[in-house]
Amino acid sequence: MTAAPGSAPTAPDATTAPLDTPAERYRMLRLIRGFEELALALVKAGAIPGGIHPYIGQEAVAVGVCSALDPTDRLTSTHRGHGHVLARGAAPHRLLAELAGRVDGLNGGRGGSMHAADLSLGILGANGIVGAGAPIAVGAAWAARQAGDGRVAVAFFGDGALNQGVVLESFNLAAMWRLPVVFVCEDNGYATTLPAAAAVAGSATGRAAAFGIPAEEVDGMDAEAVRAAARRAVDRARSGGGPAFLECRTYRFEGHHTMERRMKPRYRTPEEIDAWRTRDPLPRAASLLDPAAVTTIDTEVSQLLSSAEDFALASAHPDPAGAADHLYADGLRPRAGAVA
Amino acid sequence: MTRLSYTKALNRALADELAADPAVCVFGEDIGAGLAGPTLGLLDRFGPERIVDTPLSEQAFTAMAIGAALSGRRPVLEFQIPSLLFLVFEQLVNQAHKFSLMTGGQAGVPLTCVVPGSGSRDGWAGQHSDHPYSLFAHAGVKTVVPATPTDAYGLLRSAIRDPDPVVLFAPAAALPVRETVRWELAPVPLGRARIHRSGTDVTVVAVGHLVHDALAVAEEVAEEISVEVLDPRTLHPLDWPALAASLERTGRLVVFDDSNRSCGFGAEVLATAAEELRLTAPPRRVTRPDGAVLPFAPALDRALQPSRDQLRRALYAVLT
Repeated sequence: MTAAPGSAPTAPDATTAPLDTPAERYRMLRLIRGFEELALALVKAGAIPGGIHPYIGQEAVAVGVCSALDPTDRLTSTHRGHGHVLARGAAPHRLLAELAGRVDGLNGGRGGSMHAADLSLGILGANGIVGAGAPIAVGAAWAARQAGDGRVAVAFFGDGALNQGVVLESFNLAAMWRLPVVFVCEDNGYATTLPAAAAVAGSATGRAAAFGIPAEEVDGMDAEAVRAAARRAVDRARSGGGPAFLECRTYRFEGHHTMERRMKPRYRTPEEIDAWRTRDPLPRAASLLDPAAVTTIDTEVSQLLSSAEDFALASAHPDPAGAADHLYADGLRPRAGAVA
Repeated sequence: MTRLSYTKALNRALADELAADPAVCVFGEDIGAGLAGPTLGLLDRFGPERIVDTPLSEQAFTAMAIGAALSGRRPVLEFQIPSLLFLVFEQLVNQAHKFSLMTGGQAGVPLTCVVPGSGSRDGWAGQHSDHPYSLFAHAGVKTVVPATPTDAYGLLRSAIRDPDPVVLFAPAAALPVRETVRWELAPVPLGRARIHRSGTDVTVVAVGHLVHDALAVAEEVAEEISVEVLDPRTLHPLDWPALAASLERTGRLVVFDDSNRSCGFGAEVLATAAEELRLTAPPRRVTRPDGAVLPFAPALDRALQPSRDQLRRALYAVLT
């Protein structure tokens, strides 16, 4: 499948996504949804090693929050991070190439789905360890405060991360030092298969409030509601008001990971999934637009994703000789693992 | 010409880097008060914006340093107790160290950890007496164990300037060392070994404070055995060419290493020497026992650490 040099289609440049209008936000919701559907198909077809954690159902959180950010703001993402990366403006071509482990991927095929990130868009990594990004975002917020550059940092994490001690430590440091960081809990109700009701004592917002952090519960299925809450939080953080916590109540329509399609674990009922599907963020966002505009956007997104697929699958597989490239920022080459 | 203590050397290295580069900052516990020594006086000179006293949240402030490093800063972290490194192994190994590779080289994480008082401190018992440098070398984190004040100064400056995470162990038993400084203090490059004493019969690779014990033993046996004392200074990446050159001269090897024996640093040196280097006799290592936990009572604590007697016996063993 290695492409001949020069034959691959090109990817658009990454630029911070314009998410200023309801139409732009609907377009991004549609792009994330379509991207994830395409990725699911490519997992099934064997073109994406390791599978993915699909973001389908949660799109309004990424779109609403990222629409409240400035181009120079920073964020940390999660194992379920494709939506954050796209909403920040990465080209779907290069994200998909990363998922497929190709040289034109955002990370050159070194990160894959769980680590896909574009530092030039202020994404300080997507993370395979639940909760690990929260203190990294706090550090970015600390650096921004010291630099006086007005940048805000956002930490995305799920309800599962509420039980990671390091997240609670992060709340404390951010609150004590009044750092410009917004903690965004994407509460999709389950830490893999464990319901939040069986895992989180007290409440998510109560935990943040205990540290003196203003905490708000938000309808995470409504991009406009998320945007409004995120703007309040981001604006306050930017003007020196300190951290904020948003609990975005949302739902993933797919499994925790694509392996669920094979394992078929039973931890939620079809009725529950159907009930949440009636609250799908896409029709809700589309209802704000002229139907003709929706059709135009859907067509454009579908063409974009088709070209992303062509690009990703035409991109070359990395040369195994470079498997240890980038291990050190100074180019240090480790010893080989085998003695000839 | 001044007498420089090991701790003062770390203190001067921090002050010089803080003065040279406004991106450098220090996070740690009790560092404003300078409790452990290396940060003494830095708060007064550089202020609380750069010398940041943290709550007892090692995991969060270590990850914070990663976020700050990715945002243009060059953080230094001080850990008063070597075992705290177990707490932040996730942040250092799974996050900071892997970041460059996982992002396809988009960014490195220039942070430096300093552990003033690693290894036994005589009577601090099981959870304050570890010397886990082999773990970091194994994981691929740049790992530095200076033996002398001038090396402590020079290696810390280079560590802070390095674009990757570096862990610097300052062995408790080396902290009392003082050195007459005859030249201007300067950065010492990472990855370069130092020959403290030249010899022709046997090469002793000694780590950290054990360099001084090795030199003392070399002097004691000088009339019978010509011992070369090689201090790797950086354990990862190791200066294999310097070791190869030394073994070309001596052909015999003893590693003097305060690691637990199995899977420790000494094991790697012996394995590589056996596979790739010139040896004329089976090599030896003097280490802590397998899986050692240091007991409290001083005699028990010392009983599990590598000793001069053991080194002496190992030297005679490789010569017969």
